[in-house]
Amino acid sequence: MNETQTATLQIDWGGLAPMIIVFAVAFVGLLVEASVPKRRRLPVQLALTVAALIGAVVAVVLLQGANTTAFSIGGTPIGSVILDGPGLFMQGLIAVLALVAVLLLAEHRTTAGGDFVSEAAVVADSAADVAQRRDPGATEIFPLTLFAVGGMMMFVTAGDLLTMFVALEMFSLPLYLLCGLAKRRRLISQEASLKYFLLGAFASAFFVYGMAMLYGFAGTIDLVGINQAGVSSGEPRMLLYIGVAMISVALLFKAAAVPFHMWTPDVYTGAPTPVTALMAGCVKVAAFGGLLRVFNVGLSSSAWDWHTILVIIAVATMLGGAIFAVTQRNIKRLLAYSSIANAGYLLVGVIALGDAVGQTMFYLAAYGFTVIAAFAVVSLVRDGDEEATHLSRWAGLGKSSPWTAVVFTVLMLALAGIPFTSGFAAKFALFGAGIEAGEVGLVVVGVISSAILAFPYLRVVVLLWLNEPAPDAPTVNLPSPMAGTVVAVGVAATILLGLFPGLLLSIVDGASTFLGT
Amino acid sequence: MMNELPLLSALVAVPLIGAVIVASVRREQANVAKWTALGFSIAVAVIAALVALGFDYSDGAPWLQQTESYSWVEAWDLNLSWGVDGIALLLVALTAGLVPIAMLAAWRDLDSVKRSVPAFFALILALEAAMLATFLASNVLLFYFFFEAMLVPMYFLIGSYGTGPRRQYAAVKFFLYSLVGGLFMLVAVIGLWVHNGGVFDWQTLVAAEPMEAGSLQNWLFLGFFIAFAIKAPFFPFHTWLPDAGGAAPAAIAALLVGVMDKIGTFAILRYCLPLFPDATRTFAPWIIGMSVIGVVYAALVAIGQTDLKRLVAYTSIAHFGFIGLGIFAFTQTSATGAVLYMFNHGLATGLLFIVVGMLTLRRGSASITDYGGAAKTLPLLAGVFLFAGLASLSLPGTAPFISEFLVLLGAFASNEPVAIVATLGIILAAAYVLWMYQRTMQGTRNPALDDLSAMKRDLTIREKALVAPLVIAILGFGLYPQPLIDAVEPAVDNTLQFVVDEPADVPAAGETNE
Repeated sequence: MNETQTATLQIDWGGLAPMIIVFAVAFVGLLVEASVPKRRRLPVQLALTVAALIGAVVAVVLLQGANTTAFSIGGTPIGSVILDGPGLFMQGLIAVLALVAVLLLAEHRTTAGGDFVSEAAVVADSAADVAQRRDPGATEIFPLTLFAVGGMMMFVTAGDLLTMFVALEMFSLPLYLLCGLAKRRRLISQEASLKYFLLGAFASAFFVYGMAMLYGFAGTIDLVGINQAGVSSGEPRMLLYIGVAMISVALLFKAAAVPFHMWTPDVYTGAPTPVTALMAGCVKVAAFGGLLRVFNVGLSSSAWDWHTILVIIAVATMLGGAIFAVTQRNIKRLLAYSSIANAGYLLVGVIALGDAVGQTMFYLAAYGFTVIAAFAVVSLVRDGDEEATHLSRWAGLGKSSPWTAVVFTVLMLALAGIPFTSGFAAKFALFGAGIEAGEVGLVVVGVISSAILAFPYLRVVVLLWLNEPAPDAPTVNLPSPMAGTVVAVGVAATILLGLFPGLLLSIVDGASTFLGT
Repeated sequence: MMNELPLLSALVAVPLIGAVIVASVRREQANVAKWTALGFSIAVAVIAALVALGFDYSDGAPWLQQTESYSWVEAWDLNLSWGVDGIALLLVALTAGLVPIAMLAAWRDLDSVKRSVPAFFALILALEAAMLATFLASNVLLFYFFFEAMLVPMYFLIGSYGTGPRRQYAAVKFFLYSLVGGLFMLVAVIGLWVHNGGVFDWQTLVAAEPMEAGSLQNWLFLGFFIAFAIKAPFFPFHTWLPDAGGAAPAAIAALLVGVMDKIGTFAILRYCLPLFPDATRTFAPWIIGMSVIGVVYAALVAIGQTDLKRLVAYTSIAHFGFIGLGIFAFTQTSATGAVLYMFNHGLATGLLFIVVGMLTLRRGSASITDYGGAAKTLPLLAGVFLFAGLASLSLPGTAPFISEFLVLLGAFASNEPVAIVATLGIILAAAYVLWMYQRTMQGTRNPALDDLSAMKRDLTIREKALVAPLVIAILGFGLYPQPLIDAVEPAVDNTLQFVVDEPADVPAAGETNE
């Protein structure tokens, strides 16, 4: 529209609104930490965070149908932030899932002061650390969460590799911190945090290096440009191979695909359960949002070059996650390995490219709600003040707390993919898209992996219902409104998406085309 | 016509609603739960009777009748489509009739154990809803939904309410076997869906041009068939059944073997033959071979069993071999016989399991060596036991005789050596049934039995009331099977026309009993 030579930058502020709201409130949250008395902070922070996330969801809903870039110079779009169907859907999904998970962060009823440590700098298990166990947890977790969520929302809409890298760091750094803030088992929590940080930093380095290679190959970091270069570039193709491989390593690390999954069980176990829920739900969406965009928009022209290796990784992830899950004795580790296997199923959607974008997003939504609810239940089952994560402690829960057991059974059946749950709808949609794209072998492996994975889920159900409870069985703190809401929302979504998948299928169907493909 | 009322939807909805209501009964009010559940199951039986009354038995009637369809998930062509043909009608009647009887049989099972009674009966109703839905579904994906979902109530019924130390193992084995089969089917279901451009409606699929022969059809057939062969179960996919049947409460075992396993053979007729006719023909010799091995092998193993429930489970595997033989011999006579076999086997084995349940509840053991001479104090129970056993070995005059005879007659016409080997099964059946009866009821009396007052209490009024309908049905359909044959023949013809040009009609099936 502006034909003059002086190029001016146009910014679509409305399109950036979801991210701006989240980041702005995150900064306000930092000010709250500095200005509001400690005992008032929790309600204030929680209200702010919830308001920010609701605001972000509303903004995303208002933006629906957009298919544009947020920045342009003199009418020429710049692909830093892309507002298209998949980007907006995943922004909304991340915000909604975070909204659910945040309530879990605020849960203070299940254990005095909540799951988070008050002063993280105190030496673990020292006298001072023991003394602060009854203090209310730090409320910095809320702004940190918002920064992470904002980063994830940016990640799924990033249209060039540099924006993507900034977003990657933006959501990773707060998460490294959050992982180390568990009040109980401080050492394990700190170990998880450090492990995640070191490996994550390593993965980020891979990303930067891969970006450099792709820039050398394509002369641009814009995804659309890289795709065109895949056809037309005269640079040595080796640059492309190395670049794709390195970028993939970083993304697959976040997605927890085998063989980049080593951190997952340890971090999932060590992190405070609310943070684990946030990671299992939201980070999965962000990681696959990024993967989908990079492979669909940036690398679809070079599909032949990466197809085989990605298929191998998908097969290893599906089978590895499922087989390792079989031997687990800790419920958080079991869910961690199940999350790895699910990453494998989602990779089928990535490999199937354009045909499967909508179905992959459906799977992410279905899995996110189920897994957050599952971790919420884990946070409710306690031995005194500590979570009873060893499976043997869950024996006979159906006798002492039948409703908790019913809920967890539903969630396990959903993860196993039994019809009438969202797990089945998601698998059916995703595998259907996989077969349609000609990936029959991958789908067969996926089905075999599902069959293996059904065994550990079923063993949990056996423990819940068919075993006799131990005399000192864990207590279940049901009257806790926050975690109760999380569980209720997660289970409701699991059943609703199972009975009426059409509601969401039509949405993902309309939002499944990336801008630039 | 009774088409105005959505009877088929009601057949699925009523037990489902009943399950929810019964599940919400407080644990202390066991009797309220029992009577409510029984009431619902009888209501289902009444609806089933109305469906049977409204059914058009004439030759020219449409294949699927009383169809209903409500849209559900349009993106997947998944609709709540129901319809019933003669084969399904028989099995619906069997289910609706057997469930209340099973409930009565399990009436006092939970008196001595600390398990939730409302949950038990709610699970039975949920199971009934899922089983009826698989018979009535006329949409492939809808069928699959219930085919998988029924594992959940059955899993809890075996694992939570079963007997013996191995019930958890049996429940998990049952679930995993069935789930693995189901997942193979899922791949084939998706493959079918992608191949035909997103159609799941069974009537549309059957009316369309048949799929071209070739490897795709073969793979899809195998995906469906393995799921059904595990469900049925056919040799060599049978190993879960003796465990599950041995561990389940006797009344549940009656439903498991009597009804649920029929879903496998029913689904072969409903889905494999019309949808994959070429592949069905290709694999038929292999399946016939498996069936015949199953007949002989399972009968031999049954003779060696020391546990009554496991023994009955093995006899059933032998019987499923006959059903497989009947279906894949591709003659009208044998296929009609196979369908009748499904129905009659449900009656006879259902009765046998229920009587075994009465015995084990009295004795506190299912082991054959714990009995001996029991007939002395339990003459009536022993009589019913013998009757059920004789029906199960297809004694002329009982209903199973007709079906076994038709299967063999049809099989002789198409494949003589196979039929001759299968005939061995009849002799072996006599051996395991009579020897079982002799070791438990006749001979030297086991002295331990005299110490148990329960072993001196013959059939109670409740028990008489629940075995009577089965005994009458077995005798009645044994002497006058014509209504059953009339009901299934059109559907059998419709099914067989996909795999043979002209169903070989050995002496008209209807006249064989004169």
